[in-house]
Amino acid sequence: MEHNHIINHPQFTRDGSPVAFTPEVFTKVQALISRYPEGQQKSALLPILHIAQEEFGGHLSVDTMDYVASLLDIQPIEVYEVATFYSMFYLDKVGKYVIEVCHTGPCTISGGEKILKHLQEILEIKSGETTQDGLFTLKEVECLGSCGTGPVMQVNTEYYEKLTPERVDQLIEELRTFANKDKPNDSAWVEKFF
Amino acid sequence: MGGKILLANIDIPGIRGFDVYRANGGYNSVTKALREMSQSQVNAEVTRSGLRGRGGAGFPTGLKWSFLDRKSDKPRYLVCNADESEPGTFKDRYLMHHLPHLLIEGLIISSYALGVNTCYIYIRGEFKYLVGVLEKAIKEAHQHGFLGDRILGTDFSLNIWVHPGAGAYICGEETALLESLEGKRGNPRIKPPFPAFKGLYGCPTVVNNVETLAAIGPIINMGGEAYSKVGRGKSTGTKLISACGSINNPGVYEIEMGLPVEDFIYNPEYCGGIARDRYLKAVIPGGSSVPILPAELILNTAKGERRLLTYESLADGDFETGTMLGSGGFIVFDEDACIVRNTWNLTRFYHHESCGQCSPCREGTGWMEKVLYRLEHGEGKKSDIDLLVRIAKNIEGHTICPLGEAAAWPVASAIRHFREEFEEHVLHPAEVIEKERRL
Ligand SMILES: Cc1cc2nc3c(=O)[nH]c(=O)nc-3n(C[C@H](O)[C@H](O)[C@H](O)COP(=O)(O)O)c2cc1C
Ligand code: SF4
Ligand code: FES
Repeated sequence: MEHNHIINHPQFTRDGSPVAFTPEVFTKVQALISRYPEGQQKSALLPILHIAQEEFGGHLSVDTMDYVASLLDIQPIEVYEVATFYSMFYLDKVGKYVIEVCHTGPCTISGGEKILKHLQEILEIKSGETTQDGLFTLKEVECLGSCGTGPVMQVNTEYYEKLTPERVDQLIEELRTFANKDKPNDSAWVEKFF
Repeated sequence: MGGKILLANIDIPGIRGFDVYRANGGYNSVTKALREMSQSQVNAEVTRSGLRGRGGAGFPTGLKWSFLDRKSDKPRYLVCNADESEPGTFKDRYLMHHLPHLLIEGLIISSYALGVNTCYIYIRGEFKYLVGVLEKAIKEAHQHGFLGDRILGTDFSLNIWVHPGAGAYICGEETALLESLEGKRGNPRIKPPFPAFKGLYGCPTVVNNVETLAAIGPIINMGGEAYSKVGRGKSTGTKLISACGSINNPGVYEIEMGLPVEDFIYNPEYCGGIARDRYLKAVIPGGSSVPILPAELILNTAKGERRLLTYESLADGDFETGTMLGSGGFIVFDEDACIVRNTWNLTRFYHHESCGQCSPCREGTGWMEKVLYRLEHGEGKKSDIDLLVRIAKNIEGHTICPLGEAAAWPVASAIRHFREEFEEHVLHPAEVIEKERRL
């Protein structure tokens, strides 16, 4: 489509280093923008912020948000107000693996509180904190839409359901081993239970 | 399990892929609608079917479609609400996960009937893995000529795009969803104007739930008349119920409207009874926003009739002794469950999810959470119970969107039906805390 032309001007951070998507990612972003009508490129903001967060260190820094604003030709404030509204956007640095444990009603019936406590013990952090090695951030979140297979948590984008403390131990071990390699792809886990 | 309409083919291996789906009659409804039916004939079938919105409010779909401003020269949009974030509800996820093509099929026919050429599926950000599933299905539909330009050689063209949200329950409310889709904060809009006149980008827009749209294909296949004969009275067809909590078989079940609640809870085909041989204490039958009912009132109405899974039967008794079908998120509590704790937990949810635009909702949910926290943690006063009732009343009807009510009803109904339990927390806090610690 020939509308919503955007140009990939890098944004310069305070220390002078440029922030910009790689050409491949930029192509993806352009395709995303073309899904919306002419002049409505701002619609692509949420999808692009997801990509930006993944590309630039797992959270949205002010520099990253300014860059996204320049891409979409909108004011930086329009990005800040959105980034602060949605719980999946992190404004502060997070660990390589963000563990989000559901703490809403149905999951607590199936033992969610136990899982949360167990994670706090084995990671030696409280909810909202990151382990010293920068591997894990622990968060409590609201209903993940898996109430029939609780307790549930999400690690980055993967769902882990019907959790037990043993399964959690095993998973944390796996993640520690995987930490230096690629992200584990655990969708088999989703298939199994859902 | 007979009588399935949406999930009839779910057990066929490979049904997620286009070829198997098509080989089992998939997309026949699209061929039928586009080749043999006019737009108004499709609309008429949907109206005749009696289908009501499955997102929570149960508004008749045909009627909603008839409100769409067809005189405007602006483009029209169809937006599929796949934000599913209401605690206890996980049916749309199940449907999209197993039968992505059923949704796509429904979107094509609905877009045809509404004169829409661009359709967005707004899916909650946490369901990122489903974005891939849906995009694959869309791609397959394109490859086989069911999407894109001049579908099946007709004049009708359609593109469907999947749009992820980013974690905000309020974006399930249709006007907040439209704001979010426009790249803004999810603040609900003041209505009117309704989306049918000024929706996405100020254009006429229909917003429907995933399950509602998935029912359109089967309705076209079987005919609106036949669909309307399934179910009971004004609750036509089937409904997906996602069951969770203290039951033996949590999961998603397609039931014919009119199934007695008791059968649903105890029949091994469905929930299979209460887990660990406990007694049934209470049920929230339609997602966390609807009133909770104690066992005796969920099984039978106050008039002594069997309670059925229909819009009407569940609402029998209004707020005094009734509840709502809502989204079909069926949460079961056994005798060990603490109603105060659960109410506090759900109020924390609503406080967290309030968009903050209206003070009764923003402040009220915060106050209720604080008061419930102190009751649950043994620091409550007797007057706190009436205070909660007052706060809930002050939220109701004083807000821009129904999240205010959604937060108020669970508190008001929990106190209405379980007041002794709240009083117990005030009178014997130490014992209550000790009992809960042991569980
Ligand atoms: C706070 C709130 C949250 C809602 N969440 C959802 C949701 O997640 N999914 C949904 O389909 N409808 C949700 N709704 C209802 C929508 O506003 C809208 O009525 C529905 O999508 C219309 O589709 P239907 O007529 O097919 O049911 C929500 C409403 C409110 C007030
Ligand atoms: S009722 Fe609550 S969620 Fe709805 S608009 Fe008002 S503050 Fe926002
Ligand atoms: S309550 Fe945990 S996934 Fe719904």
